[in-house]
Amino acid sequence: MSEAEITRAITFTVNGAVTDMHVEERFSLADMLRHCLALTGTHLGCEHGVCGACTVLVDGEAIRSCLMLAVQVDGSDVTTIEGLADEDGRLNRLQQAFSDHHGLQCGFCTPGILMTLSAFLADNPAPDEGHLREALSGNICRCTGYQGIVDAVMDVVAAPAAKAGQ
Amino acid sequence: MKAAAFRYHRADSLAEAGEMLTSLDNARLLSGGQSLMAMMNLRYVIVDHLIDLNPVSELAGISHHDDHFQVGAMTRQRCFLDDDAVAAHSPIFREALGYVGHLQTRNRGTVGGSLAHMDPAAELLGLAALTDADITLSGPNGSRQVAIAEFPQAYMTPDIKVDEILTAVRFNRWPAGHGWDFREFAQRHGDFAVVGVGCLLTLDAAGAIDRAAVVLIGVADGPLRLPAVEAMLLGMLPNADLFRAAGEAARHPEITGDALVTADYRRQLAAVMVRRSLTNAHQRAVQAMNQEHHHV
Ligand SMILES: Cc1cc2nc3c(=O)[nH]c(=O)nc-3n(C[C@H](O)[C@H](O)[C@H](O)COP(=O)(O)OP(=O)(O)OC[C@H]3O[C@@H](n4cnc5c(N)ncnc54)[C@H](O)[C@@H]3O)c2cc1C
Ligand code: FES
Ligand code: FES
Repeated sequence: MSEAEITRAITFTVNGAVTDMHVEERFSLADMLRHCLALTGTHLGCEHGVCGACTVLVDGEAIRSCLMLAVQVDGSDVTTIEGLADEDGRLNRLQQAFSDHHGLQCGFCTPGILMTLSAFLADNPAPDEGHLREALSGNICRCTGYQGIVDAVMDVVAAPAAKAGQ
Repeated sequence: MKAAAFRYHRADSLAEAGEMLTSLDNARLLSGGQSLMAMMNLRYVIVDHLIDLNPVSELAGISHHDDHFQVGAMTRQRCFLDDDAVAAHSPIFREALGYVGHLQTRNRGTVGGSLAHMDPAAELLGLAALTDADITLSGPNGSRQVAIAEFPQAYMTPDIKVDEILTAVRFNRWPAGHGWDFREFAQRHGDFAVVGVGCLLTLDAAGAIDRAAVVLIGVADGPLRLPAVEAMLLGMLPNADLFRAAGEAARHPEITGDALVTADYRRQLAAVMVRRSLTNAHQRAVQAMNQEHHHV
């Protein structure tokens, strides 16, 4: 097989912006986001589906961007970590709660965890802690021991939206 | 790591995928990619052509019938888990599918991909074995059915020819009021099971077991049904001694060890887990029977 670049035209939405591009067929979605669009908030830890750092939303569902091909998002709506804060850079409630509860240390796992939880909380607005920990099982964090992460989410779940200014 | 270079082909129908599979050399079908892309990124697998089945909508969906239900190969594991009709008539499926990887991998991973990949710990193979499922394969000369008992040929090698596509699986339903249990021992939730156990049973009017199916996963090349254990349960009135003996009989000679655990460790787990699994399945069957009496 020659290593010549073979590309395909795709059109999709990323963080609300319609994007047309020619992408290499062999590129993972993660590589395309990072290298073609400079959306480097999506992290690659293992590249074989285990660590969860690369999690993004495709049509609202949390998926591993290291295991999906860029060409497969043709026609889809992609949301990355860069799409969570508002335009002025103000953190959303979940991000703010992570900051308040020390839900991150080195921050490598954090984008993937926030994207996983964004999808999870959209489907399950009031999870109990056991259910939440199960949802987190697909994301590895080597720093926090997960307690700060769980505290942050339970706080968001418990606090009425109005209190947090949304 | 990154996958070695390959060409990508989008199949829009089963027929088109079939034609590509016969005409392209060193080609592989791509379903959820949750095993294949990982193996390609690790370069355990190097292919020249990937044939993407994701656009083939005719392969996705679940149809319900009186005595069975049919699941299309491209049905996502997540959709299968979320299906309320399946959970109502065959609740063991929701219990078992919750162990398949994580929510992110279930969002992409498919039923057909899991069966075709044939990981020894695949919950879907265990469910297929428990319900005596039939697998449908489509090839250049039409389609054929394979019974789950005949499907595994060797380690991670199912009975699928190079030019065949797995299109659907037909799971048989158990009668209303059956007892069920699925459980796993794994290092972390969502990891491949060190040992997994599934069981189904029904009770007659006197409370004796009149039908039983027990399966182990993660312990041999394919799912391991335990006919000897099932036979010793038939006609018996359940009690702790019976289930303890059934657990002891689950120390099957075909159970193997691997780099992490020995065969004996797995046998010990199997004995304890089969006992607990049958105990819980029996309790659920009793509850279901009491509920039915209540309705009458
Ligand atoms: C972190 C992680 C944890 C996981 N944990 C579990 C677990 O606990 N239990 C479990 O069972 N699985 C687990 N998996 C694997 C997951 O369930 C995969 O989805 C599954 O093994 C393969 O399904 P797929 O649709 O992704 O197939 P793919 O990865 O696309 O394909 C797998 C193989 O099957 C072939 N194939 C695919 N579709 C067909 C078809 N229709 N006909 C013929 N051949 C076909 C492909 O060519 C390939 O060889 C895990 C995966 C990850 C990344
Ligand atoms: S980089 Fe995708 S799961 Fe680790
Ligand atoms: S904060 Fe460092 S890995 Fe999670």
